[in-house]
Amino acid sequence: MNDKHLENTTSNKFTRREALKLAGVGGIGLLLGATGVNTLMPSSPKNEQTSATPTGADEVIPFYGKHQSGIITPMQDFICMGAFDLTTTSLGDVRSLFQSWTQAAARMTAGKSVDEESDHALLPPVDTGEAMGLRPMKLTITFGLGASFFDERFGLASKRPAPLVDLPRFNSDEMRKEWSGGDIVVQVCANDPQVAFHALRNLARIARGKAVLHWLQEGFQRTSASDPTGSTPRNLLGFKDGTNNPPVNDPATANEVVWANTAESPAWMAGGSYMVMRRIRMRIEVWDRSTLTDQENTFGRHRLTGAPLGKANEFDELELDRKDAKGKPVIPVNSHTALAHMEGKVKILRRGYSYSSGMDLKTGQLDAGLLFICFNRDPRKQFIPMQQKLASVDLLNEYITHVGSGLYACLPGASEGGYIGDTLF
Amino acid sequence: MIQKWSYPLVAVVLGSSLLAACGNAQTQTEEKKPEAAQPDKPAAADQSATASTTPSPELQASIDQYRKWVVDQTDQFVKATESFTNAVKAGDMEKAKKEYAPARAYFEKIEPIAESLGDFDPWIDAREGDVPDNEWRGYHKLEKALWETKSVADQGKVADQLLQDVKQLRVKVESVEIDVPMLVTGSVELLNEVSSSKVTGEEERYSHTDLYDFAANVEGAHEIYKVLKPAVTEKDAALATEIEARFADLDKALAPYRKGDGYVLYTELKEDQVKKLSQSLDALAEPLSKMGKIVGG
Repeated sequence: MNDKHLENTTSNKFTRREALKLAGVGGIGLLLGATGVNTLMPSSPKNEQTSATPTGADEVIPFYGKHQSGIITPMQDFICMGAFDLTTTSLGDVRSLFQSWTQAAARMTAGKSVDEESDHALLPPVDTGEAMGLRPMKLTITFGLGASFFDERFGLASKRPAPLVDLPRFNSDEMRKEWSGGDIVVQVCANDPQVAFHALRNLARIARGKAVLHWLQEGFQRTSASDPTGSTPRNLLGFKDGTNNPPVNDPATANEVVWANTAESPAWMAGGSYMVMRRIRMRIEVWDRSTLTDQENTFGRHRLTGAPLGKANEFDELELDRKDAKGKPVIPVNSHTALAHMEGKVKILRRGYSYSSGMDLKTGQLDAGLLFICFNRDPRKQFIPMQQKLASVDLLNEYITHVGSGLYACLPGASEGGYIGDTLF
Repeated sequence: MIQKWSYPLVAVVLGSSLLAACGNAQTQTEEKKPEAAQPDKPAAADQSATASTTPSPELQASIDQYRKWVVDQTDQFVKATESFTNAVKAGDMEKAKKEYAPARAYFEKIEPIAESLGDFDPWIDAREGDVPDNEWRGYHKLEKALWETKSVADQGKVADQLLQDVKQLRVKVESVEIDVPMLVTGSVELLNEVSSSKVTGEEERYSHTDLYDFAANVEGAHEIYKVLKPAVTEKDAALATEIEARFADLDKALAPYRKGDGYVLYTELKEDQVKKLSQSLDALAEPLSKMGKIVGG
């Protein structure tokens, strides 16, 4: 199985269906272009694809590197994310857990099974098997540490990074323990939900006896098949979400917005980032009966185009001080867009997914919303002030409730031979 | 939880002032992107175009009729609040507890109007945590004293302030601006209130009298429907029939929980009973939200 899997990642056989799909997207030129990319650069730099490779099924996003992948990596179609609580109190155990996780993650992101399979008939299979024969699907696995990791258990309290604060309670938060925190977070993203689930499941299996799951949430956006152009995804309220995301394929922007540096963070965090997770329940039923005008004023954008109110196109300039004939702002000052803009001074990298967890058994309503994920260099200067502003006056608050929350220090990347967390442990 | 304080007002005010600008922008968009399907746009344009025009004499009559009802409810709210706050100040816990939910119900019936008048909603109806602790006042503060801390000994000032706020609301309500879009969205907002906090049992966290609020919100929405009914029937008779049937269904769903002049405690409801109420409510709110078609088009 390993060999076969490996073959899949390195050969560039296009099935007829894929060829048709690609041809439908941009004609044969794009097909050749995409093939070329895959042939010549099987491990191309992570932030240069998506639109060029509409399916990218064989594309491997390298696990090892200066930074962890899954941060500035263009968003994959699905997420399976979980937080773990450590049950061990030995730092040695934690270290060996991260070593095992690193090896497993590197193999799985390359499209291989979690480890070499044994043929011992009296042993359970090494890999859980549900991703057998599946392609890499741009799988990324990203590890982060919660504030509780730095309590008294492992003697690491003095190493807690200053930006890894306890998030304050924001107005209208309705936090639930079962959706918040955790010692370690693992963000798994891929263009196939089975590939993503397989990875998280195997990491949980490896952790048994050392760590247990604290929460788990799966999410989706849309697939690259349904939107080959890679336009801004829509949230479950039907609006384009993430139009103003900073262009982090520019290294200077990534350094400014995303990557931790020694100005605020300890040396062991250099090249890491801070991830905020918010599980945001949407009041779907209430939203669905609010008028178009209310919906558009809530976001400050037109529903169809995503353009700022009063403008025609999604990426038209956001003129927040523009007034109408009566002197009222064209974009309501309490609209989500106006507030999140933060006068252009504060930026975060959003990487959120929609979730649906079936229905709320109590009310019979849909239990769905946004698994908000963002990365920033220092949440004290970026996410927290932004959320404080949003939480107090955002018109959107009438339709959403934050029910889960977490802040995690995402470790720097590991180099081959090393392991995630080796700068700390 | 819900940021209801004064935002509906902002939405309504900005909504109507933005209309011209939005309409133009949408036209531009359509010209530039003729290939895009735009099923929502014409409806929005209609709504926008007519929202700022003067209502027809019939609709104006509906508005006047509704205002009369609101003023009457607020009159009764003042009386009920006066009796309630007197009981609090006299230290008569039993009487105050008995009068708490029925008195508040008047406010729940007219909440969209109160919300459109600035800070009355947070003053009268804020729950703990909705506003900074040192600004917390109103009914729910007294609720906590009555049911949770079980002492109203030091609540005299809160009671006085509450009565004063309610009396001031009565004065303001006389001149509140009401238009048809406000009524239409107001009726749905009333049901959204139920859906967001009553049906989850979060509104009356100490007294568990959520069903009083539930019924009052629904009654407030029904009152709006009643004055608009002729217009709805004229525009879409089937919609009118549907809305009436759903009001009747919801009334039937609530019936088993009536007890004397009031309702059983929310904590007495079983999970599937809550679910049934919630789903009946959503079933009503959906057609009710389509009443906007009486404006324009």
